[in-house]
Amino acid sequence: MTGRHLLPLLLCLLPLAACPDMADQKRPDMAEPEPVLRGPTSSLPVPGTVARGERSAWDVLKDRPEMTPALLERGRERFNIYCAPCHGVAGHGSGLIVERGFPAPPSFHNDRLRDATPGHFLSVIENGFGVMYPYGDRVRPADRWAVVAYIRALQLSQHAQVSELPEPLRERLP
Amino acid sequence: MAQVFKPSADIILRAVILIIVIAVIVTVVSGWLYWHSGWLTDVAEAPEQPVPFSHRHHAGDLNIDCRYCHYTGEETAKAGLPTSETCMTCHSQLWTEAEALRPVRQAYTEGRPLWWQRVVDSPDFVYFNHAAHLDVGVGCTTCHGPVQEMALTYESHAYTMGWCLDCHRDPAPNLRPEGAVTAFDWRPRTGLSETERQALLEARDVHPERLTDCYTCHR
Repeated sequence: MTGRHLLPLLLCLLPLAACPDMADQKRPDMAEPEPVLRGPTSSLPVPGTVARGERSAWDVLKDRPEMTPALLERGRERFNIYCAPCHGVAGHGSGLIVERGFPAPPSFHNDRLRDATPGHFLSVIENGFGVMYPYGDRVRPADRWAVVAYIRALQLSQHAQVSELPEPLRERLP
Repeated sequence: MAQVFKPSADIILRAVILIIVIAVIVTVVSGWLYWHSGWLTDVAEAPEQPVPFSHRHHAGDLNIDCRYCHYTGEETAKAGLPTSETCMTCHSQLWTEAEALRPVRQAYTEGRPLWWQRVVDSPDFVYFNHAAHLDVGVGCTTCHGPVQEMALTYESHAYTMGWCLDCHRDPAPNLRPEGAVTAFDWRPRTGLSETERQALLEARDVHPERLTDCYTCHR
């Protein structure tokens, strides 16, 4: 090949050198330091921020939702994810993390917590209590009501009178 | 007229042809092996993390649900890496003196997250949405592999476009029932009949014909 052909060929290859790695584009990823404001890219919204089209936390929390099987089912799922590691699946306060040395939380099955208002549980979930950290960021407001409903169901499950059971259920008892 | 080639030229020609054939075979085979090996895709390699976190211990032994730490995956595109406060929920009481956990305590005191290294770093031209997958019942281990067995977290397989498309063309076997998205022991369905396949897709409102459109993943 003569030099006459070499130059155009090299010129054709030149744009390739500027090819960016498209897999890694110039945009900050989550938790990478962000270039303009110098904070993490996914920093927290200002306290009290309400997403467009969503209800504020207070709007969700102020009224107790209707007790439905769907609410209880949601509550069971959330309870088993976020609460059961310490409180145990039945709420006796002996979850796996407690077995590994975490201070035991009180059982839900005592008079103090059976008489506690829903507001007490809502507040503890959001703000924490004693060595329990706040779960407000992990359990969303509507789910907190579901968890409270499920705690009530757990309490009833360990404190029900046989005489109060409906007839078909009573017959199935041993 | 004298012969141009001596008789030995025949042997040289055969040898050259043989060498070319062998070279082509070696190139193709080694190329194929390299392409499918972990060297290219970092499969089975655990990136170094600020803390030697063990999913085997936390998810496997202690049976903590994935969503305890990755709690935004059900509602947003990203599953989310835990805040240092999430770690300290337990580690404010457990292993409080452990040297390995010093970065966690430090991050928590400074009010910042730990700079975890991504194990699965999808290319920036790929749009992946965790919520969309969990919503229809495609669970965690379906893509992330047996995380509950990983002492240090690694890629269980290559995240190639072909691999994504395998499921996008035929998602039914991987659609889990309600409440099983984080189950570790769930296995993909096998031997589905066409009717069962359609029923699964219909129940989850999944339309494979749309799942292979370019803009499903590249937007």
